[in-house]
Amino acid sequence: MNPNYLDFEQPIAELEVKIEELQLVGSDNEINISAEIETLREKSTKLTEKIYANLSSWDIVKVARHPLRPYTMDYIPRIFTEFDELHGDRHFADDNAIVGGIARLEGEPVMVIGQEKGRAVKDKVMRNFGMPKPEGYRKALRLMEMAERFKMPVITLIDTPGAYPGIDSEERGISESIAQNLAVMSRLATPIICLVIGEGSSGGALGIGVGDHLAMLQYSTYFVISPEGCANIIWKSSENAPDAAEAMGVTSSILQDLGIVDATIPEPLGGAHRDVDLMAERIKEHLVGQLEVLQQLPIEDLLSKRYQRLMSYGN
Amino acid sequence: MSWIDKILPSGVRSEESGKRSSVPEGLWKKCVKCEAVLYRPDVERNNDVCPKCDHHMRIGARRRLAIFLDEASGEEILADIEPLDRLKFKDKKPYKTRLAAAQKSTGEKDALIAMRGSLLGIPIVCLAFEFNFHGGSMGYAVGEKFTRAAQIALDEGIPLVCFSASGGARMQEALISLMQMAKTSAVIERMKLQGVPYISVMTDPIYGGVSASLALLGDINIAEPDARAGFAGPNIIEQTIRQKLPKGFQRSEFLLEHGAIDMIVHRTDMRDTIGGLLSKMTHQQVSPSAAEELPEETAGEEEESARAATGDE
Repeated sequence: MNPNYLDFEQPIAELEVKIEELQLVGSDNEINISAEIETLREKSTKLTEKIYANLSSWDIVKVARHPLRPYTMDYIPRIFTEFDELHGDRHFADDNAIVGGIARLEGEPVMVIGQEKGRAVKDKVMRNFGMPKPEGYRKALRLMEMAERFKMPVITLIDTPGAYPGIDSEERGISESIAQNLAVMSRLATPIICLVIGEGSSGGALGIGVGDHLAMLQYSTYFVISPEGCANIIWKSSENAPDAAEAMGVTSSILQDLGIVDATIPEPLGGAHRDVDLMAERIKEHLVGQLEVLQQLPIEDLLSKRYQRLMSYGN
Repeated sequence: MSWIDKILPSGVRSEESGKRSSVPEGLWKKCVKCEAVLYRPDVERNNDVCPKCDHHMRIGARRRLAIFLDEASGEEILADIEPLDRLKFKDKKPYKTRLAAAQKSTGEKDALIAMRGSLLGIPIVCLAFEFNFHGGSMGYAVGEKFTRAAQIALDEGIPLVCFSASGGARMQEALISLMQMAKTSAVIERMKLQGVPYISVMTDPIYGGVSASLALLGDINIAEPDARAGFAGPNIIEQTIRQKLPKGFQRSEFLLEHGAIDMIVHRTDMRDTIGGLLSKMTHQQVSPSAAEELPEETAGEEEESARAATGDE
């Protein structure tokens, strides 16, 4: 099995191997087999389209967790310029699972905050696999309040398996740190745009997820509890995770129907990792467009709209 | 043993005789902690706290409100809020069926009860979670009721007290449940900005989404003795870190030690303590009727007599 392809993508992987082999043969013997390669390429694209047109919720969870999926640190340099990373919560530590700093979006200063899972093993450990501790949420809060003072919009990129469930996390008040962010974000006097780029898991995601506009990438997920966790509790077995994913409605199409998510940003064929530059371009376009709309509103209107929207959840 | 017991197969017999020798339903109660068999009226007189070991037993929302509010002052509000099943969630059973069963067994529409009432003469809005309803989990109905109750407190400038007991966000309402965290936190923030007191009392147990929103955002956070409260459940943490958790982890004493709560208050002292706090916190906002009963200078002494007057000891 090719690790760069998910289980349901293996037929595509096989075709891609064939294409690669043909290319090697072609360069060795100078035989013209480009027509053959072209046919296979078309076949591969068609197959990908077909597979991606029929993804189950659980398949989408897998794409959202794909090891090659672009993370916050892949997007920041592609979307923003002059990113100055800022560190620390000023109380205890700097949490590398949450990245934040001041940057420019099309020249305009913005505060960017995002969860980062880390790519290589060492990097993953340094980022705690994208699971923030209280100091991560408190750093985010510090930066958001700074953004308010200096009239910068806040952009958050959500991608976490959840807030870190550990002894130290509980000792330093992980619940309070998330709750405090929810409270302050509900009234922060600057536009807040939230975007789920991968996995939005529970309170750990929401802790940087309250704002004026919430969008999701097409193959990202957002849930109150991981499908595995839900399956463990309700079905008493994590094997039922696909059932749980289906039942909870973890994808943007369903969440948009529920009025929780405002927009879905389409991904390149086969997922964001197949063309990171294109994905970044689309995200940038989305952010610029949304900011333009939100910045036209007087701040009182923006805040009252945000509050009304919060109050309407579930109605 | 009667002759009929003698001829019955042993399995059936022991079950039968076991039933017979157990304590009569209603009159005796066993403490889950020290296992002492207790005379039920004694336990009730003690606010469902074990007279032997002081264990604070779990109590229902209505009983909680009855022992906390001034006698006969409680008047239920927002009783019409019903749970919704927007996702048509179904696991082994449909969520609708589970809701109906919970409603039947508890007699409640959902897991949060709201009342208007007074505490030592101070008008308040008071909320209590019904843990027996889906583990006190927060979905739309709980979030909506909390928010609207808080809005009443805000509009009228009277304190809000919430007794929480919850396993967290309700899975069957998925992301709608998660968003109730943001919703309840937003209204609490408004109370904070307007200086309307919110007192959060954590009772065993408080986890997940309720812990990471309304339960820890009080102006004053209180916990009952030995209550468990945390974000992640102990099993999840043990699985993650692969080591045993220290004794007393996530208990009230742990929360106090780590600065998450202001105080641990015994159930019997709850009325006096919160009443005392609120009389000080609301000194400029006491309503005329409460002001008569509680002149500012002698609030401390008056509390005693106000409580005696209600006949609640």
